[in-house]
Amino acid sequence: MAKKPKNKRRDFLQLSTVTLGAVGTAAFIWPFLKSMSPAEDTLAAGSTEVDISAIEEGQSITIKWRGKPVFIKKRTKDEIDAAKMVQASDLRDPQDDADRVQKEEWLVLVGVCTHLGCVPLGQKVSDMKGEYDGWYCPCHGSHYDTSGRIRKGPAPKNLDVPPYTFLNDNTIKIG
Amino acid sequence: MDKNRKVHQFKNPVLNWIEFRLPIISYFKKEYGDYPMPKNCNYFWSFGALATITLVTMIVSGIFLAMNYTPHTDMAFDSVERIMRDVNYGWLMRYIHSNGAAFFFIIVYIHIVRAMYFGSYKYPRELNWILGVFIFLLMMATSFLGYTLPWGQMSYWGATVITNLFSAIPFIGEGLKTWLLGDYNVGNATLNRFFALHYVLPFVIFGVVGLHVAAVHVHGSNNPDGIDIKTNNDSVNFFPYMLIKDTVAMCAFGVAISAVIFFGPNLMAEVDNYIPADPLVTPAHIVPNWYLAPFYAILRAVPDKLGGVLLMFGAIVILFVLPWLDRSKVRSCNYRPIYKWFMMGFFVNFFALGYVGMLPAEGLYLLIARVGLLYYFGFFFIITPFVGWIEKPSKLPLSISDVYAKNIAPNIGGGEKGMPAPAMQKDTNL
Repeated sequence: MAKKPKNKRRDFLQLSTVTLGAVGTAAFIWPFLKSMSPAEDTLAAGSTEVDISAIEEGQSITIKWRGKPVFIKKRTKDEIDAAKMVQASDLRDPQDDADRVQKEEWLVLVGVCTHLGCVPLGQKVSDMKGEYDGWYCPCHGSHYDTSGRIRKGPAPKNLDVPPYTFLNDNTIKIG
Repeated sequence: MDKNRKVHQFKNPVLNWIEFRLPIISYFKKEYGDYPMPKNCNYFWSFGALATITLVTMIVSGIFLAMNYTPHTDMAFDSVERIMRDVNYGWLMRYIHSNGAAFFFIIVYIHIVRAMYFGSYKYPRELNWILGVFIFLLMMATSFLGYTLPWGQMSYWGATVITNLFSAIPFIGEGLKTWLLGDYNVGNATLNRFFALHYVLPFVIFGVVGLHVAAVHVHGSNNPDGIDIKTNNDSVNFFPYMLIKDTVAMCAFGVAISAVIFFGPNLMAEVDNYIPADPLVTPAHIVPNWYLAPFYAILRAVPDKLGGVLLMFGAIVILFVLPWLDRSKVRSCNYRPIYKWFMMGFFVNFFALGYVGMLPAEGLYLLIARVGLLYYFGFFFIITPFVGWIEKPSKLPLSISDVYAKNIAPNIGGGEKGMPAPAMQKDTNL
């Protein structure tokens, strides 16, 4: 159908009205979607200072940081050696032990399995520690080694290392 | 407006007054009074009505629970305990609601089994099937959101595991998860929005159910023989015949659900959910509600995070295209000698998946889950399209009345001698 010149003006009006309406609707929806993102006070959840002087070698504690469990472990010589022996290239999420710690004996991890967010076992002496003597997630069977790296099971990544600094020999600031 | 519109006349002047302004009386008369139902429909056809009644029960009990529930991480668990101990009949509301959810799924699963076995999803009811799968999806979302609200250990960790499914999506996953939660992990923001959505979604379901019913009324209900209504002899009016039949079904259902509510209200509950949520301790076994367990089994059967998530959602999405995967024109499995057994195998397989979905994913259970996964998808992608080609369906009756005629005069159909159907005599006056 050939269009008369008169129709071109009508087409233009229709198209611009629809476009303006669509942009306006999108602009109206945006604040609603954005309101579901973490609020300012949630984002501002600060840092936590932890006294680590009471932790014995081979012992591990769990503290809460931004609502998540954080594992702080003082590793034994054997555990450090076991973690260092591994070739990074053999791993699912290749990372050297040295890149995951600031001081060799102190391992700090976010205790949340990278598969579906459960808290892995291995903090208590009586817990299952998995085949690599680190942590074991009971939900879907992920095994982590003494550096918190994924070795077996469905999890895609190593346990996260949170940002932290040593304020002195006895205190860690997480966050 | 149309001046020539024919206004339905009733004896009652009030009805006429309303009808003239809003033709809702004639609508109800047409759709729920004179609506023709195939006269061979068995009790499987009552489950749609049962599901509707259950939905209404869930909405009503839910509204009254919401009057006493507090959606805050510090108070949610205690407010539920208060409902159980101090609120007048609060225990009854909660047990109706929690067991009602389980029975809702039992009913809907039977309703789906009915639709699959008797081929109700086929032409011309494909859209009806799609709307139904959509309702099923909404139900799963709603029940998951609701399960979070009591803020017990299973609530918390179930919510954590399910929302973490979204983090499997490449690139945007982690951000999408944070956006859904409103926090970096399941917290107060999450509980608040889950409550808001749990409250509103049932009304969305109600709306889609309206479309689902409207759609089935266009071409009429399917029936166990999967053949169309041809004459008035093939059908009975919804009122009173089907209404009475549905009422009988509802009474039986009422006895069953009451038995559970009053004598075993925690039979289908997880004990761990009576422990308040603790973000630092994961229960040894995270168990989904049994009605979601088959899909959870599929998730865990795959040793890859993204793969498991895709297959789990795929297991539901595949249902949408079932009407186009099935190439056979014969609706009812009663007339499909080969597919019938594969179909029953599918139901057994789904049940087995649900069973292993509630057990630890290791050893034999994992193996069963993997075999079940293969059959689940094999059924849709291989068996359903190809059986239609090689299978020779049995001879369909000429009409619905013919089904009963055969029973009286076995020499016509050549089948075995059946009892004369007592329903036959009653229906002849129609």
